[in-house]
Amino acid sequence: MLAATIRVTGDIDVAEECVQEAYSQALTTWPTTGVPTKTGAWLTTVARRKAIDHLRRQSTQDRLLPRIVDANEDAKAVDGDAPLISDDRLRLIFTCCHPALSLETQVALTLRLLCGLTTSEVARAFLVTEPTMAARLARAKKKIRTSGIPYRVPTAADLPARTDAVLSVVHLVFTTGHTAPSGSELMRRDLIERALELCRMLRVLLPDDAGVMGLLALITLTDARQRTRTGPEGELLLLSQQDRSLWDRDAIDDGARLVREALAQRPAGRFALMAAIAALHAQAPSWEATDWAEVVALYDLLLVIWPSPVVALNRAVAVGFVEGPDAGLAALEELRDEPQLASYSYLASTRADFLRRLGRVGESSSAYYEALELCSNDVERAFLLRRIDELGD
Amino acid sequence: MSQYLVLIYEDESAWGTADEATFKKVMDGHNEFGEQNAAALRGGNALHPSSSATSLRRDATGKLVVTDGAFAETKEALGGYYLIEAADLDEAIKIASQVPADFGGVEVRPIRVFD
Repeated sequence: MLAATIRVTGDIDVAEECVQEAYSQALTTWPTTGVPTKTGAWLTTVARRKAIDHLRRQSTQDRLLPRIVDANEDAKAVDGDAPLISDDRLRLIFTCCHPALSLETQVALTLRLLCGLTTSEVARAFLVTEPTMAARLARAKKKIRTSGIPYRVPTAADLPARTDAVLSVVHLVFTTGHTAPSGSELMRRDLIERALELCRMLRVLLPDDAGVMGLLALITLTDARQRTRTGPEGELLLLSQQDRSLWDRDAIDDGARLVREALAQRPAGRFALMAAIAALHAQAPSWEATDWAEVVALYDLLLVIWPSPVVALNRAVAVGFVEGPDAGLAALEELRDEPQLASYSYLASTRADFLRRLGRVGESSSAYYEALELCSNDVERAFLLRRIDELGD
Repeated sequence: MSQYLVLIYEDESAWGTADEATFKKVMDGHNEFGEQNAAALRGGNALHPSSSATSLRRDATGKLVVTDGAFAETKEALGGYYLIEAADLDEAIKIASQVPADFGGVEVRPIRVFD
């Protein structure tokens, strides 16, 4: 809705205002007129109408405000563009992922403007405070406006260079949906669907891009296991506890095929390696039969091209299964002072699990409490509380 | 259309030791840039080195203080500029990427328009 409105206003802030106004109009008119059958279409139409009104007011005032969309581009897009290119969300994602914005800002803007996350949810996805994120988003929107970052899909020559940032964005949208930063549900289906949709769109647009293939494989393989991630009461089930016969085998086959295709292009990219790890898990007949040594080897390759503390944390988990909890704990120790992980609950919960398996009950319990402090997802919190309970002090 | 100032920042010490051939190559580069982007160019100049700069500030009491040197001392100093006109930032970047700046780089700044 926002993307479609931006195409009319050419200005993100104005478009956001129009969308807000559409929602408040719905609140006042729906109780008397009844809720329309297509609520999304209704809201989009109203928001776009408000945007057109705004433009009329603006032109009578004869103000030459900088606009993202130039008039010719807009007219062209309305009648004749190819369906993929004319997708407003695709244009918006390339605006949000413009190299004149920092990579983190690009991701944050996309989550806020394309996926409708609140500023606080975006802040949590980035492991920063809400005021920090609010300031970053405001700065970014101002830069788009003042520096004239265009609202369109880049030319063929620029397209590959712009893709990696877009992929990082889509990946973070997916991980945010896969484990919601807060709330009562473990997953947010809407974000997962949005990430899949964006990724499939990119796959059509850039059919030979190994990064796109890798990411689509990763998302497909991870999502193929979504049905078993929670039990009958909505409680969190670990990979080791899940009923593998319920996994979506067709999706796993699709994902595995994409992984092979992506890995055929050298050097292997970050998403292709992550997808290869996901494929090992998805294709292992059981938790015990997982090839943990291969998992560690893939994480080692991944760390070379993507030295992120979160990857190092995942590698430590796998080390814990190959060499035992002592070795896993030692690998975690190196990450203790990593500022990026300071508010990351999985560091504490992983340490708690290793300590639990070593029978160090007291230390394990306090590590679980530490994780609980940092975790805002209700399903994950319930899991941590259950673990603390089982330890029984 | 918007106007953008393309600021050329380069290492002045590298310029100090550059030979005749290097100097000629850069000047040729600027001439070529000017010819190819004549339609977008609205102005531009090379500046004397930052050692020729004079900075003016007011101190806490409001008294004018004149000092020798550039406003900010950095390894790369402002050495010249172009004023260009472009449809958007992508077009501005395309033009700015052709500015010769072997000893540094360029900064693109949108010109602010007041109502």
